[in-house]
Amino acid sequence: MGHTLAEKILLAHADADDLSPGDFTMVRCDVVMANDLGGPHAARELLKMGVDRVFDPERVVIVADHLMPAKDVRAAELLKALKEWCDRQGVSYYDQGRGGIEHTVLIEEGWVVPGSVIVGADSHSCTYGALGSFGTGLGATDIAGAMALGSFWQIVPGTILVEFDGDRPAFVTGKDLILALIAELGVAGATGMALEFGGDGAAALGIDERMAVSNMAVEAGADTGLFPADGVTTEYLLGRTERPWTAERSDGDAEVARQVRIELDRLTPLVALPHSPGNVVPVSEAAGRKIDQVYIGNCANGTITDLRQAAELLRGRTVHRDCRAIVVPASQRIYRQALAEGLLDAFVEAGCVVMTPTCGACLGMHSGVIAPGETAVTTTNRNFKGRMGSNEAFVHLANAWVAAAAAVAGEIVHPADVA
Amino acid sequence: VTFEGAAVVVDRDDVDTDVMYPGRFIGILDDAEMAKHLFEGLDPRLRDELVGDTVLVAGANFGTGSSRENVPAAMRAAGIRCVVARSFARIFQRNCINLGLPAIACPEAVGAARRGSRIRLELETGTVDVDGRIFRAATLPPFMVELVGAGGLAPWIRSRQET
Repeated sequence: MGHTLAEKILLAHADADDLSPGDFTMVRCDVVMANDLGGPHAARELLKMGVDRVFDPERVVIVADHLMPAKDVRAAELLKALKEWCDRQGVSYYDQGRGGIEHTVLIEEGWVVPGSVIVGADSHSCTYGALGSFGTGLGATDIAGAMALGSFWQIVPGTILVEFDGDRPAFVTGKDLILALIAELGVAGATGMALEFGGDGAAALGIDERMAVSNMAVEAGADTGLFPADGVTTEYLLGRTERPWTAERSDGDAEVARQVRIELDRLTPLVALPHSPGNVVPVSEAAGRKIDQVYIGNCANGTITDLRQAAELLRGRTVHRDCRAIVVPASQRIYRQALAEGLLDAFVEAGCVVMTPTCGACLGMHSGVIAPGETAVTTTNRNFKGRMGSNEAFVHLANAWVAAAAAVAGEIVHPADVA
Repeated sequence: VTFEGAAVVVDRDDVDTDVMYPGRFIGILDDAEMAKHLFEGLDPRLRDELVGDTVLVAGANFGTGSSRENVPAAMRAAGIRCVVARSFARIFQRNCINLGLPAIACPEAVGAARRGSRIRLELETGTVDVDGRIFRAATLPPFMVELVGAGGLAPWIRSRQET
């Protein structure tokens, strides 16, 4: 019996002759990542473990993004201590102004290659699946353990094969593919599973949109969401990394738990209504809802592709007088690219606030949180109650076209009605 | 190893870690301080039920969402001795085990438990006693039982460093 891609990657990182879904195993990590929330927490747990040094400073990377730029004195203290810890350990640290949002940074900076295992102290570490890497989110103690041992414990997941078929209509993006899938599977439908994406619709996606898809694998409960490496992957990695990698794929006779098919030509832009990423409807069914704030950014949809879409809609138009709009490029690189392309100019002229890369308002910490009774459209990945600020606020998830259209109209509309 | 306490019931599915511990409090590193914000977005009054040793009884896909470890850390600090749910989100269940807080899926026990029920878990056998009624949960892999027995991943690694 053959193996799935997820099983092959784990087997290559375990001391086992064979692995099947449900098996318990220790798994070696190629990269261990933490941000400025999990990082300080993990550093404290390492002390409790009696471990002075991380297992390999070359394989540990820390990114400041959640608290950055420091939102208050406590955050400033945590960031200061974190940088000092990184310097002492000799590990890479992407400080304010030098990186951006963790998952985007790791992918852009060549930390992620196909077939690798990457654990991150953030649930959206499944984003690395966009490059065929078994990226998976863990808690801070788990990450401390991985920093100490270079490995973590894992139950081998089953695999759900997802086939994206056909051509996408206009204004349908990677965001809609994954929202459609979460609607199909349910928010716990992939628990104990890895998602593996295939079909001509998957092959046609660029890395930015693959990131949007893989990023939300965890919103269906999955360990990770894998795009097997192909020509798009190879081209993206050219000149970006010196890490060796080989393209693996699932064996033809590998046993999968389930197969799901999403017909792309039937999709329309989608919206996840409050308060669950699984509460998905076509944009037409959400149309007319008044919007107080639009947020375009985050590790799912703050890429240059998203910003180009948003700018195309916002250029020459203005944000509705009763609406606020925030644009957050996911990294310094994307920020510079958007600047060079004149996208930021279009946003500012339209009346948007353009922020530095940060996780800030995505999880209700700072830089754009919303008030009781307010309603938001956001390109982020979670719309749980209280996620973006007040517990009495309402968050809608959508792609960058839909978000930008809502900013112009002051309410949810199909982007075709604005463009 | 056994864990025992009075049931505190959160009878809903898909309870996420954002409502159990909102993002604005994540920067807090002190466990006792975290406990003051537990369940803030879900129902802050639940904190009043956390007196003495308690067992949290929950629905399906419990702990979905963010990897924030503040949730099980705050639970532990608030006197919750174990979590029995219909099912768990992966990262949350890992986090509980890694902090030495047993997290067991046992839908039958959840169905039988009421607020204040006396619950006792025997980890090795997966036996859950709810007011004298016995239920069998699927047992955890031996390594996870060992982790909980050691008090979590940090003390487990420390003990290996010392030997």
